Amino acid sequence: MSNKLLVAALAVALPSLAFAQVSATPMATAAATPARVEINQMRFEPTSLTIAAGTTVTWVNDDESPHTVTDRGRVFRSSALDTKDSFSYTFATPGEFTYFCTLHPMMVGKIVVKPAGSS
Amino acid sequence: MPVTKEAIVKEDVNLTRRRALQCMAWAGTGVVWTIGGGVPRTLGLLGEARAAEVPKGQLTFVQISDTHLGFKQPANPDPAATLGEVIAKINALPTQPAFLVHTGDISHLSKEAEWDAADQVIKAANKEVFYIPGEHDVADVDNGKAYLARYGKKTQGRGWYSFDAGGVHFVGLINVFDFNPGFKSAGLATLGDEQLEWLENDVKGLAASTPVVVLAHLPLWTVYEPWGWGTADAGRALSYLKRFGSVTVLNGHIHQIVQKVEGNLTLHTAASTAFPQPAPGSAPAPGPMTVPAEQLRKHLGLRNVDFVHGKAGAPALTENPLAA
Repeated sequence: MSNKLLVAALAVALPSLAFAQVSATPMATAAATPARVEINQMRFEPTSLTIAAGTTVTWVNDDESPHTVTDRGRVFRSSALDTKDSFSYTFATPGEFTYFCTLHPMMVGKIVVKPAGSS
Repeated sequence: MPVTKEAIVKEDVNLTRRRALQCMAWAGTGVVWTIGGGVPRTLGLLGEARAAEVPKGQLTFVQISDTHLGFKQPANPDPAATLGEVIAKINALPTQPAFLVHTGDISHLSKEAEWDAADQVIKAANKEVFYIPGEHDVADVDNGKAYLARYGKKTQGRGWYSFDAGGVHFVGLINVFDFNPGFKSAGLATLGDEQLEWLENDVKGLAASTPVVVLAHLPLWTVYEPWGWGTADAGRALSYLKRFGSVTVLNGHIHQIVQKVEGNLTLHTAASTAFPQPAPGSAPAPGPMTVPAEQLRKHLGLRNVDFVHGKAGAPALTENPLAA
């Protein structure tokens, strides 16, 4: 699984190789595109993000205050992220995840994970 | 004769920002409060000599809070230095406290190095210290495991405890776990059923005349709901304490002094030793507030708590800022 995704990720990164790979596994290519959430001004941006299963999401703290990325159901949880620290989590299975910052609970975000291969 | 002033807290049942600012203004002048029967009186303006007039032979302790070792933003690039100044002020008190209480956010990022740095500075006071965690102390990836391993050895559950000193019953409550995501009341802190049941049992056998001091990080009343400055199930905790003649609740978290009286319950948030935060609603969001460097120390300080016999077991509180 991860090797396949890595190949697909390379396919995106290297356009000269992309044509053949994308033709073979077009949906896996979409799933492998890493996603990024910026933390700034006491907000997660984008606040809601829809991804395909298998996608790795990276949160980057660009704020002056430290923040955590904590799933409401505690499936994933970061330590306290200082300014410029980041945290990554790979969403293997579909579902909807509401997360927040335990240091500032009014900061809430959502990740919607669609099945890999769905559009 | 001490200046007598029937004061602010008496009519402060409905907290407003204006009243909070008045409280802070009084705190800034360093007034010594004696609270008896819910009606505060001042002993006199704070000076070394006046403070020394507090009768000897009773329990005296000091509250510090929100030291945030590891913080390095412009609001205070060196919180170890300002903590050091607070400790020096404690060491210069004419009546030495029996111990210190720290109402949480010892560290900024729950790192051992930050707690080590706090220890290095605080040990200069040469006093026993009773700690409770702030949310910044349980922000490790295991949500408090590091704090509890280091500070929680003699505690119950997730860090709560009680002890007795000088005839006063102390309770350390933990309200920095189990936050829920959301705005308004959803984002408030909680104590939780297990801890509340423990509290009910802990105080059940005590005589109503026993003075009680409660330590917690977030306020045990809702100071400002939009910023999560409150504890959703605090009312249940306070209901177990209402029968006592004197209950003093000491909080941190909001980095400013706000007081409230409810019958025999007096609730006090404390100044930080690191940096101030904005008054409720005065900024788009809570967080470190950068003030001109020469004003920073007016916002930082310690609180002295003296128990005086013959005053219904209630303590005199002294707000002691680093700069007047």
